[in-house]
Amino acid sequence: MSELLKNSIRFVVFLFVQVYVLNNVPPLHQFVVPYLYFLYILWLPFNMNRFAILVVGFIFGLSLDAYTKTPGLHAAACVLIAYLRPFMVNLLMAKDTSEFNYVSPSAKSMGWAPYATYVFVLTLFHNFYLLFLEWLQFGNFLYFIGKVSATTAVSFLMIMIVEMLFPRKQRFRTNTA
Amino acid sequence: MRNIFLFIRRYSIFFFFLVLQVIALTLLFSYRKFHQAAFMGIANNVTGRLNEEYNSVELYFKLKQKNKELLEENNRLRNLLSSNFQLRDTSFTLVRDTAKIDSTGLVRRFISFPAQVVDNSTSRENNYIMINRGSNQGIKRDMGVVSPSGVVGTVVDVSTNYAVVMSLLHRLNKVSAAVKKTGESGTVEWDGKNPLYLTLREIPKSVKLQKGDSIVTSRYSDKFPPDMLIGTVESVHSESGSNFHTVKVRTANNFFNVQYVYVIENLDKEEQQNLKSAIRNP
Repeated sequence: MSELLKNSIRFVVFLFVQVYVLNNVPPLHQFVVPYLYFLYILWLPFNMNRFAILVVGFIFGLSLDAYTKTPGLHAAACVLIAYLRPFMVNLLMAKDTSEFNYVSPSAKSMGWAPYATYVFVLTLFHNFYLLFLEWLQFGNFLYFIGKVSATTAVSFLMIMIVEMLFPRKQRFRTNTA
Repeated sequence: MRNIFLFIRRYSIFFFFLVLQVIALTLLFSYRKFHQAAFMGIANNVTGRLNEEYNSVELYFKLKQKNKELLEENNRLRNLLSSNFQLRDTSFTLVRDTAKIDSTGLVRRFISFPAQVVDNSTSRENNYIMINRGSNQGIKRDMGVVSPSGVVGTVVDVSTNYAVVMSLLHRLNKVSAAVKKTGESGTVEWDGKNPLYLTLREIPKSVKLQKGDSIVTSRYSDKFPPDMLIGTVESVHSESGSNFHTVKVRTANNFFNVQYVYVIENLDKEEQQNLKSAIRNP
Protein backbone atom coordinates (compact mmCIF):
# COMPACT_ATOMS: atom_id res chain seq x y z
CA MET A 1 0.00 0.00 0.00
CA SER A 2 1.40 3.38 -0.87
CA GLU A 3 2.14 5.83 1.91
CA LEU A 4 -0.31 8.36 0.52
CA LEU A 5 -3.22 5.91 0.53
CA LYS A 6 -2.26 4.60 3.97
CA ASN A 7 -2.16 8.08 5.44
CA SER A 8 -5.43 9.10 3.77
CA ILE A 9 -7.18 6.11 5.38
CA ARG A 10 -5.57 6.93 8.73
CA PHE A 11 -6.84 10.51 8.43
CA VAL A 12 -10.45 9.31 8.27
CA VAL A 13 -10.02 6.57 10.88
CA PHE A 14 -8.35 8.83 13.47
CA LEU A 15 -10.95 11.53 12.87
CA PHE A 16 -13.92 9.19 13.29
CA VAL A 17 -12.45 7.38 16.29
CA GLN A 18 -11.96 10.73 18.02
CA VAL A 19 -15.40 12.07 17.06
CA TYR A 20 -17.61 9.04 17.48
CA VAL A 21 -15.80 7.00 20.13
CA LEU A 22 -13.57 9.12 22.34
CA ASN A 23 -15.74 12.25 22.36
CA ASN A 24 -18.69 10.11 23.40
CA VAL A 25 -16.93 8.59 26.40
CA PRO A 26 -18.83 9.72 29.48
CA PRO A 27 -16.61 12.10 31.47
CA LEU A 28 -14.62 10.11 34.02
CA HIS A 29 -13.42 13.15 35.86
CA GLN A 30 -13.50 16.86 35.16
CA PHE A 31 -9.76 16.78 34.37
CA VAL A 32 -9.80 13.91 31.92
CA VAL A 33 -10.49 14.45 28.23
CA PRO A 34 -9.30 11.57 26.06
CA TYR A 35 -7.39 12.96 23.07
CA LEU A 36 -5.82 10.54 20.61
CA TYR A 37 -6.41 12.04 17.17
CA PHE A 38 -3.10 13.96 16.99
CA LEU A 39 -1.23 10.63 16.84
CA TYR A 40 -2.00 10.91 13.12
CA ILE A 41 0.45 13.80 12.86
CA LEU A 42 3.10 11.94 14.87
CA TRP A 43 2.83 9.02 12.45
CA LEU A 44 3.35 11.00 9.24
CA PRO A 45 6.41 9.88 7.21
CA PHE A 46 9.88 11.26 7.90
CA ASN A 47 10.53 12.43 4.38
CA MET A 48 7.50 14.69 4.15
CA ASN A 49 8.10 18.31 3.23
CA ARG A 50 7.82 20.56 6.29
CA PHE A 51 5.28 22.78 4.52
CA ALA A 52 3.21 19.73 3.70
CA ILE A 53 3.20 18.60 7.33
CA LEU A 54 1.95 22.02 8.42
CA VAL A 55 -0.79 22.03 5.78
CA VAL A 56 -1.91 18.48 6.63
CA GLY A 57 -1.92 19.33 10.34
CA PHE A 58 -4.03 22.41 9.73
CA ILE A 59 -6.57 20.56 7.57
CA PHE A 60 -6.73 17.65 10.00
CA GLY A 61 -7.34 19.95 12.96
CA LEU A 62 -9.94 21.92 11.08
CA SER A 63 -11.81 18.72 10.14
CA LEU A 64 -12.08 17.80 13.80
CA ASP A 65 -13.15 21.36 14.59
CA ALA A 66 -16.05 21.04 12.17
CA TYR A 67 -17.39 18.30 14.45
CA THR A 68 -16.70 19.91 17.79
CA LYS A 69 -17.94 23.37 16.66
CA THR A 70 -14.73 25.06 17.73
CA PRO A 71 -13.29 26.34 14.42
CA GLY A 72 -9.55 26.84 14.80
CA LEU A 73 -9.03 25.34 18.26
CA HIS A 74 -7.70 21.92 17.31
CA ALA A 75 -6.24 23.33 14.10
CA ALA A 76 -4.02 25.68 16.11
CA ALA A 77 -2.78 22.87 18.36
CA CYS A 78 -2.18 20.54 15.40
CA VAL A 79 -0.21 23.18 13.51
CA LEU A 80 1.94 23.72 16.60
CA ILE A 81 2.95 20.06 16.91
CA ALA A 82 3.32 19.74 13.14
CA TYR A 83 5.80 22.63 13.34
CA LEU A 84 7.70 21.18 16.31
CA ARG A 85 7.79 17.61 14.98
CA PRO A 86 10.86 17.92 12.69
CA PHE A 87 12.89 19.48 15.53
CA MET A 88 11.99 16.60 17.84
CA VAL A 89 12.90 14.05 15.17
CA ASN A 90 16.27 15.71 14.57
CA LEU A 91 16.99 15.82 18.28
CA LEU A 92 16.06 12.26 19.04
CA MET A 93 17.26 10.28 16.06
CA ALA A 94 20.80 9.04 16.50
CA LYS A 95 23.06 10.85 14.05
CA ASP A 96 24.68 7.82 12.44
CA THR A 97 21.37 6.16 11.63
CA SER A 98 19.69 9.40 10.69
CA GLU A 99 19.70 8.40 7.07
CA PHE A 100 16.16 7.36 7.99
CA ASN A 101 16.13 3.71 7.20
CA TYR A 102 12.47 3.52 8.13
CA VAL A 103 9.52 5.35 6.66
CA SER A 104 7.88 6.93 9.68
CA PRO A 105 8.44 7.45 13.42
CA SER A 106 7.67 4.37 15.50
CA ALA A 107 9.10 2.51 18.46
CA LYS A 108 10.95 0.25 16.06
CA SER A 109 12.47 2.93 13.88
CA MET A 110 13.55 5.21 16.73
CA GLY A 111 13.85 2.85 19.70
CA TRP A 112 11.43 2.75 22.62
CA ALA A 113 13.00 5.43 24.81
CA PRO A 114 13.47 8.12 22.13
CA TYR A 115 10.05 7.33 20.69
CA ALA A 116 8.39 7.63 24.10
CA THR A 117 10.13 10.98 24.63
CA TYR A 118 9.02 12.13 21.19
CA VAL A 119 5.41 11.18 21.92
CA PHE A 120 5.42 12.58 25.43
CA VAL A 121 6.86 15.97 24.54
CA LEU A 122 4.56 16.52 21.56
CA THR A 123 1.54 15.31 23.56
CA LEU A 124 2.40 17.77 26.30
CA PHE A 125 2.76 20.64 23.80
CA HIS A 126 -0.49 19.73 22.10
CA ASN A 127 -2.53 19.47 25.29
CA PHE A 128 -0.92 22.49 26.89
CA TYR A 129 -1.71 24.71 23.91
CA LEU A 130 -5.19 23.30 23.33
CA LEU A 131 -6.26 23.63 26.97
CA PHE A 132 -4.52 27.00 27.21
CA LEU A 133 -6.75 28.31 24.41
CA GLU A 134 -9.80 26.89 26.21
CA TRP A 135 -8.61 28.31 29.51
CA LEU A 136 -8.25 31.86 28.14
CA GLN A 137 -12.01 32.26 28.51
CA PHE A 138 -12.17 31.47 32.19
CA GLY A 139 -9.23 31.35 34.51
CA ASN A 140 -8.50 28.99 37.32
CA PHE A 141 -4.81 28.22 37.20
CA LEU A 142 -4.79 25.06 39.32
CA TYR A 143 -7.64 23.64 37.30
CA PHE A 144 -5.72 24.35 34.11
CA ILE A 145 -2.51 22.70 35.34
CA GLY A 146 -4.43 19.72 36.70
CA LYS A 147 -6.26 19.28 33.44
CA VAL A 148 -3.10 19.52 31.35
CA SER A 149 -1.27 16.90 33.40
CA ALA A 150 -4.22 14.49 33.65
CA THR A 151 -5.08 14.81 29.97
CA THR A 152 -1.45 14.36 28.92
CA ALA A 153 -1.12 11.26 31.10
CA VAL A 154 -4.28 9.76 29.60
CA SER A 155 -3.25 10.62 26.01
CA PHE A 156 0.24 9.18 26.54
CA LEU A 157 -1.18 5.99 28.03
CA MET A 158 -3.61 5.60 25.13
CA ILE A 159 -0.91 6.17 22.53
CA MET A 160 1.31 3.53 24.12
CA ILE A 161 -1.61 1.09 24.19
CA VAL A 162 -2.29 1.82 20.52
CA GLU A 163 1.39 1.21 19.75
CA MET A 164 1.23 -2.20 21.39
CA LEU A 165 -2.15 -3.21 19.96
CA PHE A 166 -1.47 -2.11 16.40
CA PRO A 167 2.22 -2.58 15.62
CA ARG A 168 2.87 -1.00 12.25
CA LYS A 169 4.79 -3.15 9.86
CA GLN A 170 7.88 -1.18 8.99
CA ARG A 171 10.06 -2.32 6.20
CA PHE A 172 13.72 -1.58 6.43
CA ARG A 173 14.38 0.77 3.55
CA THR A 174 17.38 -0.12 1.48
CA ASN A 175 19.06 1.96 -1.13
CA THR A 176 17.47 -0.06 -3.88
CA ALA A 177 13.94 0.56 -2.71
CA MET B 1 16.80 44.50 0.55
CA ARG B 2 18.59 41.34 -0.42
CA ASN B 3 19.08 40.52 3.23
CA ILE B 4 15.38 40.86 3.88
CA PHE B 5 14.58 38.38 1.15
CA LEU B 6 17.22 36.02 2.50
CA PHE B 7 15.76 36.38 5.97
CA ILE B 8 12.24 35.61 4.74
CA ARG B 9 13.51 32.67 2.72
CA ARG B 10 15.47 31.29 5.62
CA TYR B 11 12.54 31.45 8.03
CA SER B 12 9.81 30.74 5.49
CA ILE B 13 8.53 27.69 7.37
CA PHE B 14 8.32 29.66 10.58
CA PHE B 15 6.37 32.41 8.81
CA PHE B 16 4.04 29.86 7.26
CA PHE B 17 3.52 28.40 10.73
CA LEU B 18 2.65 31.86 12.06
CA VAL B 19 0.21 32.49 9.22
CA LEU B 20 -1.63 29.22 9.92
CA GLN B 21 -1.73 29.99 13.64
CA VAL B 22 -3.18 33.43 12.97
CA ILE B 23 -5.87 31.98 10.68
CA ALA B 24 -6.79 29.35 13.27
CA LEU B 25 -6.92 31.80 16.17
CA THR B 26 -8.92 34.36 14.18
CA LEU B 27 -11.49 31.70 13.34
CA LEU B 28 -11.60 30.56 16.95
CA PHE B 29 -12.05 33.93 18.61
CA SER B 30 -14.47 35.31 16.04
CA TYR B 31 -16.62 32.18 16.43
CA ARG B 32 -16.57 32.48 20.21
CA LYS B 33 -17.76 36.04 20.00
CA PHE B 34 -20.37 35.86 17.26
CA HIS B 35 -20.98 32.14 16.78
CA GLN B 36 -20.43 32.55 13.08
CA ALA B 37 -17.39 31.53 11.12
CA ALA B 38 -16.70 31.50 7.41
CA PHE B 39 -16.76 27.78 6.83
CA MET B 40 -19.01 26.56 9.64
CA GLY B 41 -22.22 26.79 7.59
CA ILE B 42 -20.99 24.30 5.00
CA ALA B 43 -19.19 22.23 7.62
CA ASN B 44 -22.38 21.94 9.66
CA ASN B 45 -24.24 20.56 6.67
CA VAL B 46 -21.55 17.89 6.09
CA THR B 47 -21.03 16.91 9.72
CA GLY B 48 -24.77 17.07 10.28
CA ARG B 49 -25.39 14.47 7.61
CA LEU B 50 -22.70 12.13 8.99
CA ASN B 51 -23.93 12.64 12.51
CA GLU B 52 -27.44 11.78 11.41
CA GLU B 53 -26.23 8.47 9.96
CA TYR B 54 -24.38 7.70 13.16
CA ASN B 55 -27.36 8.73 15.21
CA SER B 56 -29.71 6.45 13.30
CA VAL B 57 -27.60 3.53 14.55
CA GLU B 58 -27.17 4.84 18.05
CA LEU B 59 -30.89 5.47 18.34
CA TYR B 60 -31.66 1.75 18.55
CA PHE B 61 -29.72 1.36 21.77
CA LYS B 62 -31.83 3.97 23.48
CA LEU B 63 -35.26 3.02 22.12
CA LYS B 64 -36.49 1.41 25.30
CA GLN B 65 -35.76 4.35 27.52
CA LYS B 66 -37.02 6.84 24.95
CA ASN B 67 -40.30 4.97 24.68
CA LYS B 68 -40.68 5.16 28.40
CA GLU B 69 -40.01 8.89 28.43
CA LEU B 70 -42.43 9.54 25.57
CA LEU B 71 -45.03 7.46 27.34
CA GLU B 72 -44.60 9.54 30.45
CA GLU B 73 -44.89 12.71 28.47
CA ASN B 74 -47.96 11.47 26.63
CA ASN B 75 -49.49 10.65 29.95
CA ARG B 76 -48.76 14.09 31.28
CA LEU B 77 -50.20 15.75 28.19
CA ARG B 78 -53.23 13.49 28.25
CA ASN B 79 -53.94 14.70 31.74
CA LEU B 80 -53.98 18.23 30.42
CA LEU B 81 -56.59 17.41 27.78
CA SER B 82 -59.58 19.64 27.93
CA SER B 83 -61.91 16.64 28.06
CA ASN B 84 -60.64 15.97 31.56
CA PHE B 85 -62.18 19.17 32.78
CA GLN B 86 -65.78 20.15 33.14
CA LEU B 87 -65.52 23.65 31.78
CA ARG B 88 -64.28 23.21 28.26
CA ASP B 89 -61.01 25.05 27.69
CA THR B 90 -60.70 26.20 24.10
CA SER B 91 -58.02 28.79 24.60
CA PHE B 92 -55.11 26.77 23.20
CA THR B 93 -54.77 25.39 19.73
CA LEU B 94 -51.73 23.73 18.30
CA VAL B 95 -52.15 24.89 14.72
CA ARG B 96 -49.54 27.37 13.57
CA ASP B 97 -51.50 29.21 10.91
CA THR B 98 -54.47 30.33 12.96
CA ALA B 99 -54.83 33.96 13.86
CA LYS B 100 -52.51 35.11 16.58
CA ILE B 101 -55.42 36.30 18.66
CA ASP B 102 -58.09 33.70 19.31
CA SER B 103 -61.70 34.22 20.21
CA THR B 104 -61.24 34.10 23.97
CA GLY B 105 -58.85 37.05 23.90
CA LEU B 106 -55.70 35.12 24.75
CA VAL B 107 -52.65 35.90 22.64
CA ARG B 108 -50.30 33.12 21.67
CA ARG B 109 -46.77 34.06 22.63
CA PHE B 110 -44.80 30.82 22.25
CA ILE B 111 -44.98 28.06 19.69
CA SER B 112 -42.84 24.93 19.54
CA PHE B 113 -41.40 22.71 16.82
CA PRO B 114 -40.26 19.12 17.38
CA ALA B 115 -36.69 18.18 16.42
CA GLN B 116 -34.32 15.30 16.82
CA VAL B 117 -30.81 15.55 18.25
CA VAL B 118 -28.15 14.33 15.82
CA ASP B 119 -25.03 15.21 17.78
CA ASN B 120 -24.41 15.87 21.42
CA SER B 121 -21.48 16.43 23.73
CA THR B 122 -21.14 16.69 27.48
CA SER B 123 -17.45 16.19 28.12
CA ARG B 124 -16.13 19.57 27.06
CA GLU B 125 -16.34 22.92 28.76
CA ASN B 126 -18.42 24.39 25.99
CA ASN B 127 -20.93 21.83 24.85
CA TYR B 128 -23.10 22.04 21.79
CA ILE B 129 -26.00 19.96 20.51
CA MET B 130 -26.90 19.65 16.84
CA ILE B 131 -30.53 19.19 15.79
CA ASN B 132 -32.00 18.18 12.44
CA ARG B 133 -34.03 21.30 11.81
CA GLY B 134 -32.66 24.45 10.21
CA SER B 135 -33.65 27.71 8.59
CA ASN B 136 -35.70 25.84 5.97
CA GLN B 137 -37.83 24.47 8.78
CA GLY B 138 -38.28 27.82 10.50
CA ILE B 139 -35.46 27.76 13.05
CA LYS B 140 -33.82 31.08 13.85
CA ARG B 141 -30.99 32.04 16.15
CA ASP B 142 -31.72 32.62 19.84
CA MET B 143 -34.71 30.30 20.01
CA GLY B 144 -35.04 28.26 23.18
CA VAL B 145 -34.76 24.47 23.18
CA VAL B 146 -36.39 22.15 25.72
CA SER B 147 -36.66 18.39 26.07
CA PRO B 148 -39.56 16.43 27.60
CA SER B 149 -37.83 16.61 30.97
CA GLY B 150 -36.44 20.14 31.07
CA VAL B 151 -34.61 23.06 29.49
CA VAL B 152 -31.80 22.13 27.07
CA GLY B 153 -30.32 25.35 25.66
CA THR B 154 -30.39 28.08 23.03
CA VAL B 155 -30.00 27.97 19.24
CA VAL B 156 -26.77 29.76 18.28
CA ASP B 157 -26.10 28.83 14.67
CA VAL B 158 -28.41 27.79 11.85
CA SER B 159 -27.67 26.20 8.49
CA THR B 160 -30.32 25.26 5.94
CA ASN B 161 -31.25 21.89 7.45
CA TYR B 162 -29.47 21.77 10.80
CA ALA B 163 -29.05 24.01 13.78
CA VAL B 164 -26.43 24.16 16.53
CA VAL B 165 -27.73 24.54 20.06
CA MET B 166 -25.59 25.91 22.86
CA SER B 167 -26.51 23.56 25.66
CA LEU B 168 -26.98 24.63 29.28
CA LEU B 169 -23.58 22.98 29.74
CA HIS B 170 -21.75 25.91 28.13
CA ARG B 171 -19.70 28.51 29.93
CA LEU B 172 -21.43 31.38 28.14
CA ASN B 173 -24.98 30.17 28.55
CA LYS B 174 -27.07 32.23 30.92
CA VAL B 175 -30.73 31.42 31.43
CA SER B 176 -33.09 33.56 33.43
CA ALA B 177 -34.50 31.30 36.14
CA ALA B 178 -36.78 31.56 39.12
CA VAL B 179 -37.56 29.69 42.31
CA LYS B 180 -40.91 28.10 41.69
CA LYS B 181 -42.43 28.43 45.14
CA THR B 182 -41.62 32.09 45.76
CA GLY B 183 -40.93 33.52 42.30
CA GLU B 184 -37.60 35.30 42.90
CA SER B 185 -35.56 35.27 39.74
CA GLY B 186 -31.85 34.79 39.11
CA THR B 187 -29.48 33.44 36.52
CA VAL B 188 -28.49 29.84 35.85
CA GLU B 189 -24.93 29.22 34.63
CA TRP B 190 -22.54 26.32 34.34
CA ASP B 191 -19.07 26.22 35.88
CA GLY B 192 -17.69 23.82 33.27
CA LYS B 193 -17.01 20.99 35.70
CA ASN B 194 -19.74 18.52 36.47
CA PRO B 195 -22.43 18.05 33.78
CA LEU B 196 -24.96 17.01 36.44
CA TYR B 197 -25.00 20.35 38.25
CA LEU B 198 -25.65 23.98 37.31
CA THR B 199 -25.17 27.10 39.40
CA LEU B 200 -27.99 29.52 40.22
CA ARG B 201 -26.96 33.03 41.26
CA GLU B 202 -28.62 36.27 42.33
CA ILE B 203 -31.28 34.73 44.53
CA PRO B 204 -31.55 37.05 47.57
CA LYS B 205 -30.77 35.59 50.97
CA SER B 206 -34.27 36.36 52.19
CA VAL B 207 -35.53 33.34 50.26
CA LYS B 208 -35.45 30.14 52.30
CA LEU B 209 -34.37 27.38 49.97
CA GLN B 210 -34.48 23.68 50.67
CA LYS B 211 -33.02 20.70 48.91
CA GLY B 212 -35.43 19.58 46.21
CA ASP B 213 -37.07 22.96 45.50
CA SER B 214 -37.88 23.36 41.81
CA ILE B 215 -35.99 25.90 39.72
CA VAL B 216 -37.99 26.94 36.65
CA THR B 217 -37.63 29.42 33.79
CA SER B 218 -38.59 32.90 34.89
CA ARG B 219 -41.34 35.15 33.59
CA TYR B 220 -38.73 37.58 32.28
CA SER B 221 -37.13 35.19 29.82
CA ASP B 222 -37.70 36.02 26.16
CA LYS B 223 -36.75 32.51 25.01
CA PHE B 224 -38.69 30.15 27.23
CA PRO B 225 -42.29 30.11 28.42
CA PRO B 226 -42.49 30.63 32.18
CA ASP B 227 -42.48 27.71 34.62
CA MET B 228 -40.54 25.18 32.58
CA LEU B 229 -38.40 22.99 34.82
CA ILE B 230 -34.63 23.61 34.76
CA GLY B 231 -33.64 21.57 37.79
CA THR B 232 -33.94 21.06 41.52
CA VAL B 233 -31.94 22.55 44.36
CA GLU B 234 -29.12 20.26 45.48
CA SER B 235 -27.36 22.46 48.01
CA VAL B 236 -27.23 26.12 48.99
CA HIS B 237 -23.97 27.91 49.54
CA SER B 238 -24.12 31.34 51.13
CA GLU B 239 -21.06 33.52 51.34
CA SER B 240 -21.08 35.89 54.26
CA GLY B 241 -20.01 38.94 52.24
CA SER B 242 -22.81 38.75 49.71
CA ASN B 243 -26.53 39.34 49.79
CA PHE B 244 -27.20 36.46 47.44
CA HIS B 245 -27.27 32.69 47.58
CA THR B 246 -25.11 30.57 45.31
CA VAL B 247 -27.26 27.53 44.64
CA LYS B 248 -26.10 24.21 43.23
CA VAL B 249 -28.86 22.93 40.96
CA ARG B 250 -29.23 19.37 39.73
CA THR B 251 -30.32 19.46 36.08
CA ALA B 252 -33.79 18.14 35.36
CA ASN B 253 -32.78 17.13 31.88
CA ASN B 254 -30.38 14.23 31.40
CA PHE B 255 -27.85 15.73 29.00
CA PHE B 256 -26.15 12.41 28.38
CA ASN B 257 -28.99 10.92 26.37
CA VAL B 258 -31.11 13.79 25.10
CA GLN B 259 -32.74 12.63 21.86
CA TYR B 260 -35.97 14.47 21.07
CA VAL B 261 -36.34 18.16 21.76
CA TYR B 262 -38.75 21.01 21.10
CA VAL B 263 -37.57 24.31 19.71
CA ILE B 264 -39.56 27.21 21.07
CA GLU B 265 -40.21 30.38 19.15
CA ASN B 266 -41.26 33.56 20.88
CA LEU B 267 -43.68 35.23 18.49
CA ASP B 268 -43.27 38.61 20.16
CA LYS B 269 -39.51 38.49 20.25
CA GLU B 270 -38.90 41.02 17.51
CA GLU B 271 -41.18 43.53 19.10
CA GLN B 272 -39.55 43.04 22.49
CA GLN B 273 -36.10 43.40 21.04
CA ASN B 274 -36.94 46.50 19.04
CA LEU B 275 -38.24 48.11 22.17
CA LYS B 276 -35.12 47.10 24.07
CA SER B 277 -32.74 48.40 21.42
CA ALA B 278 -34.70 51.65 21.23
CA ILE B 279 -33.87 52.19 24.88
CA ARG B 280 -30.25 51.34 24.37
CA ASN B 281 -29.68 53.79 21.50
CA PRO B 282 -32.05 56.71 22.00
